[in-house]
Amino acid sequence: MRFLTSFINGISLGSVYAIIALGYTMVYGIAKMLNFAHGDVIMVGAYAAFVMLNQIGLPVYVAIPVSMVVCTVLGLIIERFAYRPLRKAASPLAVLITAIGVSYLLQNLALLIFGANTRSFSSVVHLKSLRLFDGRIIITGEMIVNAVVCIVIMTGLTLFVNKTKQGQAMRAVSEDKGAAQLMGINANGTIALTFAIGAALAAVAGVLMCSSYPALTPYTGAMPGIKAFVAAVFGGIGSIPGAFIGGILLGVIEVLGKSYISSQLGDAIVFSVLIIVLLVKPTGILGKNIQEKV
Amino acid sequence: MWKKLSKGTRKNTVTYLLVIVTYLVMSILQSGGHLSNLISGMLVLLCVYAIMAVSLNLTVGVLGELSLGHAGFMCVGAFSSALFTQLTVSTEMNANVRFFFAIVIGIVTAAVFGFMIGIPVLRLKGDYLAIVTLAFGEIIKNLCNVLFLGKDSSGIHVSMKDTMSLGMGADGVVIINGPQGITRTPKQATFLIGMLILLISLIIVLNLINSRTGRAIMSIRDNRIAAESVGINVTKYKLLAFTVSAAIAGAAGALYAHNTSSLMATSAKFGYNMSIMFLVFVVLGGIGNMRGGVIAAVLLTVLPEVLRFAEDKRMLIYAIVLILAMLWNWAPAARTFREKYGIRRILAARTGRKVIGSEGINASESGKQKEEEM
Repeated sequence: MRFLTSFINGISLGSVYAIIALGYTMVYGIAKMLNFAHGDVIMVGAYAAFVMLNQIGLPVYVAIPVSMVVCTVLGLIIERFAYRPLRKAASPLAVLITAIGVSYLLQNLALLIFGANTRSFSSVVHLKSLRLFDGRIIITGEMIVNAVVCIVIMTGLTLFVNKTKQGQAMRAVSEDKGAAQLMGINANGTIALTFAIGAALAAVAGVLMCSSYPALTPYTGAMPGIKAFVAAVFGGIGSIPGAFIGGILLGVIEVLGKSYISSQLGDAIVFSVLIIVLLVKPTGILGKNIQEKV
Repeated sequence: MWKKLSKGTRKNTVTYLLVIVTYLVMSILQSGGHLSNLISGMLVLLCVYAIMAVSLNLTVGVLGELSLGHAGFMCVGAFSSALFTQLTVSTEMNANVRFFFAIVIGIVTAAVFGFMIGIPVLRLKGDYLAIVTLAFGEIIKNLCNVLFLGKDSSGIHVSMKDTMSLGMGADGVVIINGPQGITRTPKQATFLIGMLILLISLIIVLNLINSRTGRAIMSIRDNRIAAESVGINVTKYKLLAFTVSAAIAGAAGALYAHNTSSLMATSAKFGYNMSIMFLVFVVLGGIGNMRGGVIAAVLLTVLPEVLRFAEDKRMLIYAIVLILAMLWNWAPAARTFREKYGIRRILAARTGRKVIGSEGINASESGKQKEEEM
């Protein structure tokens, strides 16, 4: 029973990680940059939803789309003013550090506007909990919604990337930006679109995360952001199904490790598994192994 | 005589002189009572961060691998050296000798960790390597948080659970107390020792760069396959650079441990945030540019303190300054602008000299810095 409970909790947490990781992996796949500010976009999404739901009192079906729009606009602004000028910079580290700067900026803006107090986010899910085995296992509505939303997003993204014209453009830009541009693809626009999608997903992830774990502070996004980055690498960064698998696995390992081995060493266990996986398969579970050419 | 020296030697000498002059100026100011308490209290910390910038610069700028776990090595150095000091504090040993050995132990332990972690990590490439170093850094921090160690008449006791499970006798003293870490380490780190360690690490790293070994390491950074094909032992040189880098981080950790009354492995002090902070020093100062890294470390550490007048907005200003500095330093558009209208250009036009590249504080094309820029 304990195993099953932990396992279900793990899948629920993993679904949130997976949604964040999907955004991460899309951006990485196309812009080849680690967007360290992604976690903080989640936080912004959660605060936007918090203001609308708890302070203005708007209904959920308004709050979530609006918070997605807020994050999308934010993502586009960040991309345009902080990342795009550095796209042709001499070192790929330059844009990484700028992303860290953006992350500080968002955290401190939130700190200034909302204060350091922990806000308790009221859940957006109003489903009844499922009780199995005479109530010995309880599956909350949040868990079900997390898993369902995650699968829907993953499927949607896969279809979008593989079947639509825009998705094709994305794949082309990620493969070879120069060649894609020569074929008449608007590379900057495609990259901006990817950032927009990633940011919108971050808003969804923020709302779901805060519904399941209702403590909201300006630093809420930082650790899940890093974990999602780990999940994306775990599954093979740049791969959409990889991010999904990586996220779920990471969540399950974290919860199982915390409940069976040591609650303080939860993060250490996650990171150890990551190291082992990468040593066996240096490009992640579903990552492509690109042979270096001379 | 100055003109006879090679360009690299001249640059390095300037760097050393800069450190020495800074030390002299700060000491004179301090003895004259011109420094505020705030700045006096920060001097050792500034040395720690400057040394970390040198250490990480060796990995990122010279070896060309992105490490996001350097705070982990600093953590190892800090805990091992503080542990040594605590264990020997009751013995007859001279305090200065003990501090010297504590630093050596910090260096050696961190180097051993660097070597052991380097073996698996350096097989990976790029971002995968970065994430694994981040993972190791977090694991080290986590382990330090659950480590309990005590000493009594029968010897040393170690536990991963709590102080009770150490099973010590009545005379037992807890030295490492899990999340509370090590407390009451004698504050022996002084500005002089900090500057000395900084100077020594600079000498080691700059000489390493200008040696046969250093050129081998840089050739691996620029083109691994080409380096391998001319018979350079890639693994050996990578490990060497990584271990030296970890050892220097260990020295910084030892210095840090003897500057604080309570050493705790919190995320704010030894987490990935801190590792990223060191990376910011390196990139802002110019990848591979030791002097630039040290200057960036000092500026970025002092900046939040200078901004205290802005109160709650200071970290916001800090973030904006960081973003703007990165854009100004690295964006191709900003670089063209500077090359057209920059001070150097105007100076060069006056003296009739040619502008070589852009400003020395920056690295040139895609990690392939020219040697003289180091």
